[in-house]
Amino acid sequence: MKYLYYPGCSLKSSGKLYEDSLIAVFKTLGIELQELEDWNCCGATNYMSINEHHAISITARNLALAEKQGGGELIAPCAACYMGLLKTQNYLENDAKLKEEVVNLLSKEGLTPEKNIKVRHPLDVLVNDVGMDAIRKAATKPLGNIKVACYYGCQLIRPFAVFDNAHDPQSMDKISRALGAEPIEWPIKTRCCSGSMTSTLTHIGLSMNFELLKEAKLRGADVIVTACPLCQFNLECFQGKISRKFHEDVKIPVMYFTQLMGLAFGHSKKVLGLNKMLSPDLTLA
Amino acid sequence: MERLTNDYLLRGMEIKLEENLDQNFGKKISEMAHGEKLFGCIQCGNCSAACPMSIYMDYTPRKIIAMVRAGFRHEVLSNRTVWLCASCYQCTVECPKGIKITDVMYALKREAIENKIHLKNFPVPILAKAFFTEVRQRGRISEAYLLIRYYLNYNIFKMLGYSSLGLKLFLKGRLSLFEKGMKNKKNLQSLLQQKPN
Repeated sequence: MKYLYYPGCSLKSSGKLYEDSLIAVFKTLGIELQELEDWNCCGATNYMSINEHHAISITARNLALAEKQGGGELIAPCAACYMGLLKTQNYLENDAKLKEEVVNLLSKEGLTPEKNIKVRHPLDVLVNDVGMDAIRKAATKPLGNIKVACYYGCQLIRPFAVFDNAHDPQSMDKISRALGAEPIEWPIKTRCCSGSMTSTLTHIGLSMNFELLKEAKLRGADVIVTACPLCQFNLECFQGKISRKFHEDVKIPVMYFTQLMGLAFGHSKKVLGLNKMLSPDLTLA
Repeated sequence: MERLTNDYLLRGMEIKLEENLDQNFGKKISEMAHGEKLFGCIQCGNCSAACPMSIYMDYTPRKIIAMVRAGFRHEVLSNRTVWLCASCYQCTVECPKGIKITDVMYALKREAIENKIHLKNFPVPILAKAFFTEVRQRGRISEAYLLIRYYLNYNIFKMLGYSSLGLKLFLKGRLSLFEKGMKNKKNLQSLLQQKPN
């Protein structure tokens, strides 16, 4: 299987470990990712706060590039990019005036925004195209009953909820089970991590991440897995600050679900980037 | 404007005479948020209950909608509340009337920025502007540059609090100043210079 792949900015910088582990794991499963050429930032949440037409246009540009470079299905691993692409398609479909403006803007570059591109998240592909049997088969080193807190955050499943339930998503839980691990009951798994507020309104940002980390630990998790570069960064990199601020040890391994899969598939920690983590190491029995 | 009461229930809410309200405000925001059915809001408060930020807000999302509809333009746009929305879409999913509240919040942010009445020296709009500029200049976001731009515009000394985290990430090879940029940055830039119709 081969898919077009839109990495987005994070997977090329602080979320590089997500990209590395995703490519390694998909390779094991026989999936090739062809990176979209000349892609631009999706605008995330910030761009939308300043200029909506341009925010929609730059994302429409990525969709148009995808159409030009083979079309079909486009994989977007970052939750913000994924949601942005879906939102853009949704707006272009429902707002004729906006669509006309975007078509005009893009035509200057010889591009046409197409709605035929099917936007996919890697979790969607794993659950619906690859299937649990194939994942179970590839897991040559099953994880042996470690307890996993699957953290879905916001934009992966909201507001569109294409491949999973918006209130009680299960895709990462299913994958964890297929890897031989045990997902814990963790009702706040869709609660917001505060996004970039860890750098703007620090007190609020750190409090929200404190709640998430504390709850995961209370419920006996050995590791938290995420599917969003910002969630992962917040939960992993601020553990020191949070522990000091709230006088409580919240240190726990936080990794991408692809890194956890890679461990079970027998990839080295180096390939998965697990030697570059700031959160504690996950000890496997 | 005249403050008529300090009643507990109305705390934080200014009392205004109808003639001092902006009667078109609700309609304008409703249009900016893609014709959302603001006026169909039944004030049930599901949005405020679902919102993880509402405990930090001056006005909860339910109140914001009521104020927008009533025309409290200045109070809403110059308040920090809209900037606390982290776009988690919890409210949008929970709204029984199908109002895209997150999009309403975006519309309010844009209206505040456009009219330059947003809260000054408040970190969230400063980050949004820094992000906007970075995308226009580079086409892609490099986190190091984004954060430097943000702290230069906000408060350079606040950056010191993050220097040890930044250094750790740098030493682990997770923070780079030399990411591969776009090949045809000019295409995107010319697209962003055009004015929409």
